[in-house]
Amino acid sequence: MLQLDGIHRSFGDRLVLDDVGFSVERGKLTGFVGGNGAGKTTTMRIILGVLTPDSGTVTFDGSPLGDDRRRAFGYMPEERGLYPKMHVLEQITYLARLHGYERRTATEKARDLLEKLGLGERLNDPVDDLSLGNQQRAQIAAALVHEPEVLVLDEPFSGLDPMAVDLVLGVLQEYASRGAPVLFSSHQLDVVERLCDDVVVIAGGRIRAAGEKEALRAQHAAPRYEITSGGDMGWLRTEPGVRVVEFDGGYALFESDEAAAQRVLRAALDAAPVQQFSPVRPRLAEIFRDIVRDEERHDDEPATTKTKEPVR
Amino acid sequence: MSGRTPMLSNTPSSGSAPAARPATPNTVQATLMVAEREVTTQVRSKSFLISTAVLLVLVLGGIILTSVLGDRLGGGDTKVAVVPETAAVIEGVDGLEAVDAADPEAARALVESEEVSAAVLPDDDSDNLLGVVVVGLDSAPDGVISALAVTPPVELLDESGTSDALRYVVSFVFGIAFFMAAMTFGSTIAQNTVQEKQSRIVEILLSTVPPRALLAGKILGNTVLAVGQIAAIAAVAVVGLVVTGQDDLLGMIGAPVAWFVLFFLVGFVLLAALFASAASLVSRVEDTGPVLTPVMMLVMIPYFGVIFFNDNDLVLTIMSYVPFSAPVGMPVRLFLGEASWWEPLVSLVILAGTAVLVTGIGARIYARSVLRTGRRVKLSEALTKAA
Repeated sequence: MLQLDGIHRSFGDRLVLDDVGFSVERGKLTGFVGGNGAGKTTTMRIILGVLTPDSGTVTFDGSPLGDDRRRAFGYMPEERGLYPKMHVLEQITYLARLHGYERRTATEKARDLLEKLGLGERLNDPVDDLSLGNQQRAQIAAALVHEPEVLVLDEPFSGLDPMAVDLVLGVLQEYASRGAPVLFSSHQLDVVERLCDDVVVIAGGRIRAAGEKEALRAQHAAPRYEITSGGDMGWLRTEPGVRVVEFDGGYALFESDEAAAQRVLRAALDAAPVQQFSPVRPRLAEIFRDIVRDEERHDDEPATTKTKEPVR
Repeated sequence: MSGRTPMLSNTPSSGSAPAARPATPNTVQATLMVAEREVTTQVRSKSFLISTAVLLVLVLGGIILTSVLGDRLGGGDTKVAVVPETAAVIEGVDGLEAVDAADPEAARALVESEEVSAAVLPDDDSDNLLGVVVVGLDSAPDGVISALAVTPPVELLDESGTSDALRYVVSFVFGIAFFMAAMTFGSTIAQNTVQEKQSRIVEILLSTVPPRALLAGKILGNTVLAVGQIAAIAAVAVVGLVVTGQDDLLGMIGAPVAWFVLFFLVGFVLLAALFASAASLVSRVEDTGPVLTPVMMLVMIPYFGVIFFNDNDLVLTIMSYVPFSAPVGMPVRLFLGEASWWEPLVSLVILAGTAVLVTGIGARIYARSVLRTGRRVKLSEALTKAA
């Protein structure tokens, strides 16, 4: 398990990370969510040892993370970087050699990996000549060629077509299933929602929420229900213990507790045939917006109407 | 294609620990790998090969040209036509080569056809005490006249070992060789540093190897290339001098050239550290100009120094000890025979000490600024703030 505690870091006078602490469990995909400039990339760079924190600790399986241990990490930086003029195979081989594989093994590993990532035809092309999607695949190869124990990926899905998203996803899930902690950041909340087990929310350099995705959902929003009926649902507005969120003829989205919802369903069935009735889990995007907005109100007293543009 | 199926079948498929990891390379090994990449990438680039080839051809061409021109301009023996009566006049005179002609008419014909520069013929005029006349084509053949002239012996109180022209040419050659090589490879280092920063591969590299190794590898790789190029030029020059029969010059410059290569090796490490750390302050290739200007100035000092002050002993002496100009200043003084045997050693120690110090500071700047993207990092920040 990868654990961060009390990480502070500032650039010049600007405090970028303020007491950041969370954990990334083995075998789980952990999504790292936050707006632009929230501190995601800085945090990841600190995990990788590319930056040093002003204070705070990073531990791996209980012991402080040293440079040697970090070498076994796989890292995909936010801004993709490979030598533009260097051939793909050479480049990945070079990185494998820097990780300690001797030349022949390194070449074999790089070739195998690139072929599996669908770049078999492009091994001797300069990275510059590849399409963006293929450059991304090469970047994934760069993060994986040394079979990392921990994967840290900064925005691995940005700018990818659906096929490439599946490709990256497959890799992440495979690594998680092998017991490796996998941390990835994204501001595409729907992707995080679909993929990850745990979520860490960061805003303004502080961790706003961290934990299991389902627990977060339960914790941060009142239960909602959706109903579609053959008749008019107008009566729902006057029902006690129910708050209607959306309404359109036979369709209604409402907040209520479990008992009131069952009562509503019974009444609706009496009135007309019900086509659909289901609980609605709030989307991560909504929770995220709520968390960030609540915190901001809390921070900037007296409460203002200023809301941070939610980043999706 | 489904990305969800395990695709990395060469890796353990589930639960188990990853396959045995190879030992992490130490700093020296990492440095060597980085240096190797710098060298192989550069050696394979067309522009490098072409520019090196052009440079070598220019050096060789220059040497051949001076040899040919030298003959024309009086470097070789001047041919003088003589008739049997005057052959004795020319015999044993330095710089003149006798071409035998049967009679005065034949000798005049040789002058007219420009096969010889002049002819020395008997003169019957009783006013002419020498009894010979020098026949030229359209102007008095001064070279021949002065060779024949009788001059009293000269004693110089302050003898200069070398002629002014040669002194200037050799200073200039050392200056320009240093300038060109330092500029070319210094810019290459700067370019590569910024390019790594701009393409962000530096993040991946730094999560794998320490910044010290990255910087050291860069310096090492480019130093090998630069010294290799200088050595190649020296080799071509030596071969050229031998082939064109100017090996007497070789004896004079052989030792200074060897010292030059040695000084260049150490001096370039110093400059390379400066180039790399200066370049690491900016994030884009377009922004390198202002940060590199001070370093470029340092490279130009020895070049202009030897050109303007190659006859000023004091300035040359100072230059031969100041680390940035020593790689040019000391070999020039050695060539002029003005330096004692211990002077290059002292200067080299000063240079090496400075190189170690500056490389240390450079590594600090590099490590602290290479990941800072965006606006230019201030030097004071790079020196004081933690990475």
